[in-house]
Amino acid sequence: MATLAPIATAPLERLHDTWEARPGLYGILATVDHKTIGKRYLVTSLIFLVLGGIEALIMRAQLTHANAHLLSPGAYDQLFTMHGITMIFWYASPVLSGFSNYIWPLMLGSRDMAYPRVNALSYWTFLASGIFIYTALCIGQAPNAGWFAYAPMTLRPFDPGLNMDFYALGLIFLTVSTTIGAINFIGTVMKMRAPGMSLNRLPIFVYGTMTASFAAVFSLPALTVATTYLYFERHFHMHFFDAAQGGSPLLWQHLFWMFGHPWVYIIVLPAMGMVSEMVPTFCRRPLVAYPYVAMSTIATGIIGFGVWVHHMFATGLPGVSMSFFSGASIIIAIPSAIAVFAWIATMWLGTPVWKTPMMFVAGFVVLFVIGGVSGVVTAAVPFDWQVTDTYFVVAHIHYVLIGINVFPVVAAFYYWMPKMTGRMMSETLGKWNFWTMFIGFNLGFFPMHISGLLGMPRRVYTYPASAGWGSVNLITTIGSAVFAVGVLLFVINIFVSLRRGAFAGSNPWHAGTLEWAMESPPPPYNFAVIPIIRSRLPLWEDQLGDATPGLISGEGHSHVSEGVVLAEGRETFGTSPLEAHPLHVLHMPEDSMFPFLLAVAMLGTAYGLVFSLWWLAILGGVGMLACLIGWLWPRHLVTGERA
Amino acid sequence: MPRLSRRLAPSAGALGSCALAGCTPLNVLAHDGVTGSRETGLGWFLVIVSCAVVCIITILVLAAYVRSRKRRTRDDAVFAGRSGVPWVMWGGVVIPGIVLLVTFIFTIGTLDAVAAPTRSPAATVKVIGHQWWWEVRYEGTGPSHTVVTANEIHVPVGQPVRLELTTSDVIHSFWVPALAGKTDIIPGQTNTTWIEARHTGVFGGTCGEYCGAQHAHMQMRVIADSPGDFQKWLADEAAPAAKPADPTAADGLRVFMTSGCANCHTIRGTGSGGGVGPDLTHIASRTTIAAGALPNTQANLMGWIVAAQAIKPGSDMPSMPLPSRDLQSLAAYLETLR
Repeated sequence: MATLAPIATAPLERLHDTWEARPGLYGILATVDHKTIGKRYLVTSLIFLVLGGIEALIMRAQLTHANAHLLSPGAYDQLFTMHGITMIFWYASPVLSGFSNYIWPLMLGSRDMAYPRVNALSYWTFLASGIFIYTALCIGQAPNAGWFAYAPMTLRPFDPGLNMDFYALGLIFLTVSTTIGAINFIGTVMKMRAPGMSLNRLPIFVYGTMTASFAAVFSLPALTVATTYLYFERHFHMHFFDAAQGGSPLLWQHLFWMFGHPWVYIIVLPAMGMVSEMVPTFCRRPLVAYPYVAMSTIATGIIGFGVWVHHMFATGLPGVSMSFFSGASIIIAIPSAIAVFAWIATMWLGTPVWKTPMMFVAGFVVLFVIGGVSGVVTAAVPFDWQVTDTYFVVAHIHYVLIGINVFPVVAAFYYWMPKMTGRMMSETLGKWNFWTMFIGFNLGFFPMHISGLLGMPRRVYTYPASAGWGSVNLITTIGSAVFAVGVLLFVINIFVSLRRGAFAGSNPWHAGTLEWAMESPPPPYNFAVIPIIRSRLPLWEDQLGDATPGLISGEGHSHVSEGVVLAEGRETFGTSPLEAHPLHVLHMPEDSMFPFLLAVAMLGTAYGLVFSLWWLAILGGVGMLACLIGWLWPRHLVTGERA
Repeated sequence: MPRLSRRLAPSAGALGSCALAGCTPLNVLAHDGVTGSRETGLGWFLVIVSCAVVCIITILVLAAYVRSRKRRTRDDAVFAGRSGVPWVMWGGVVIPGIVLLVTFIFTIGTLDAVAAPTRSPAATVKVIGHQWWWEVRYEGTGPSHTVVTANEIHVPVGQPVRLELTTSDVIHSFWVPALAGKTDIIPGQTNTTWIEARHTGVFGGTCGEYCGAQHAHMQMRVIADSPGDFQKWLADEAAPAAKPADPTAADGLRVFMTSGCANCHTIRGTGSGGGVGPDLTHIASRTTIAAGALPNTQANLMGWIVAAQAIKPGSDMPSMPLPSRDLQSLAAYLETLR
């Protein structure tokens, strides 16, 4: 491995044959290629975005004017619950997993994720859990107690249908996907970086997803415990949350928000990381204060675990604990402020090029700040008593989730689609897309602050004319419709670019990070040679010269087109966690049907449990066990093949 | 800002926008109570600081855009330039640190100030949340002195009143924006809060926590009377219902006792003892019915009795298909319960 040489043609063909998925149905179901999985994640989560959006528009139609009768209260309750859980669990987090799955190995100089089959399982369980939860909507028994599902309203006496059973099992199902996905990201960032890509050279996007993955691993157990308790209480008459039997309704809230607050950062930190990738590219200079932004990302992830009680300020907790959690909820604004000023300083000290992704990023900065300051407003306990559970908080959460998740995600599509498909998205359509989304969003969601201050509670299916909320709600509905048109333009642009987009070439934005080094779309093996990294922006080294950030003098330059060829089967380097010293050649697994079959068996079990078809649950359980045995069967010991 | 302040100012009579005409709006920046005004002061501070921060950042982003138009170079040229770290230290750490510290101190100060009244409360009122109405109890020295009413809380003006909050079913949240912020009502625990109205008047309130199908129709009112009026009201409420004088009303009482109403409702002095729905002993003295869903008029009362499920689907009140003569005499009887 000591010699560096340009790669010859023969190994390229061999690499192609080794890494490409088999044709036909087997290839579709068995592939473990991170690029395919990433694209599937993106497409699936966009479908859920559209479904959640349709649910929102129906609700907005109901709220357009006072005393509307479009929806029954029961239907409205199912819609707002489905809207919440769809957007939070089946869109916001998976769409970021999609980008991370696709981009990470390219950005890190690896040929795949650390656990490719786990990666496939993660996608299939995500898809299956989405099918499961939408089965509930199709049979009219969708979850109906809000995405937060406060006990005791979720218990049998108050909610006897299958609605909350679907909720409990659907979320347990999804947490399987998210947990193993997060472990895969952590394994990948620790072991799969190109030689020389030490921690101080990691792109901020990687920091974002890495922090989010740690947060997921530590916060999801609280949700799994809570939803398991819920299912047990509903089905087996246990009394975790029933105060009359000695349980505690607040136990649910503590468990739920111990998960729920870190989750906010799980669905925004990777998106903020994507922004930190796009801002330098379009401002034509390295990110200002890179180490501060990296540290603030991690700090946000950690402090995010200490603020859950700010969702519970009105529950009658003692003043001392409320002041502690108020302080923590206020302090968490500092790392965000660091990131905001790093982006602004990069724009100010660079020379921004206003392509569509940059427009979305600039819009994002403004929305991020609005969502951030309204977060500080709700952290102030006595004022939170007034605004919590009003439309003010609805406005806040939409500025946070649409502002900090959707805007960067759309920007990221414009930015990375050329890498994925080899074709550019239309700039003209893109500008229209940006302005309709930006204007529609602010027109729709800013007035929610006002309706909240005017006292409109959230989760009401109607309101009296005398309340005086009619005109504000009409504006909100109109804004939502304009925003929906913006999303439609975005989807149209994706389809148009797939057929007619200009060819992208390897690096259409003249970006500096590693994923732009190979042709678009990338070959199945990603990198013909394993790159050797000496700076944070290997493709900008020539232009930046001595000013290259992270360039350690005396070590020379990065190598991306010449280096070590690993072409004896599916191979890549395993490197050390901190400095990314190459440690060993890793043999990566072949394609396998077992992840897909395992997800199908899990779906069977989930249906069995929700409909109390115990035979089906047991059958699914046996199926899962069989799949695991097949998955782990040591074939190579028998046949001599590599596992 | 000036437009916003006009819209939200307490004196904005044009709003008139309360859950039902005749009481203060739910507007959280309009206040009358001692607690509410403290919270509103903090609220205005937060709103103004927030608007300032958003304006500054927006201007910086726009200025970066304008500058870049003038400094256009080749699209693919890259420069490292200045480090920019002072931007992050000042804009990201020092200045927000100071602003957030001030916010925190203001928050803690307000929290301390509203934690408890300075004087001992003039009265203690028990408020019990139900899906979807409010039971209000003034416990006297014995059962005969206990006053039970629904959806309207009378308090003496200028005196702190202690509220003990419990629920019979799920979580609700007690919220009268003009007087105080929300306090959740949670099964298995008794949360307490206090309110003090500065002026006589009617203050709108609503349930603040999603509590099921009719969360939208769970309003209440706090009515601040002069201390004399309050005592008189309390004495009137403690009295059992008057015997119906005219024959129609007497027939109405018969309908009430025989048509199932008495299974769920109590009218003190009649022998009815149902505890599922509101105590109706003095229902005619209340301004609304169905937890604020309708003004308390005879027509609305009849509509509510025959079509409750159309007005509040899912509530425990069944639609009662009474013959029209029975319905009229029942409504006439209920009208006598002052």
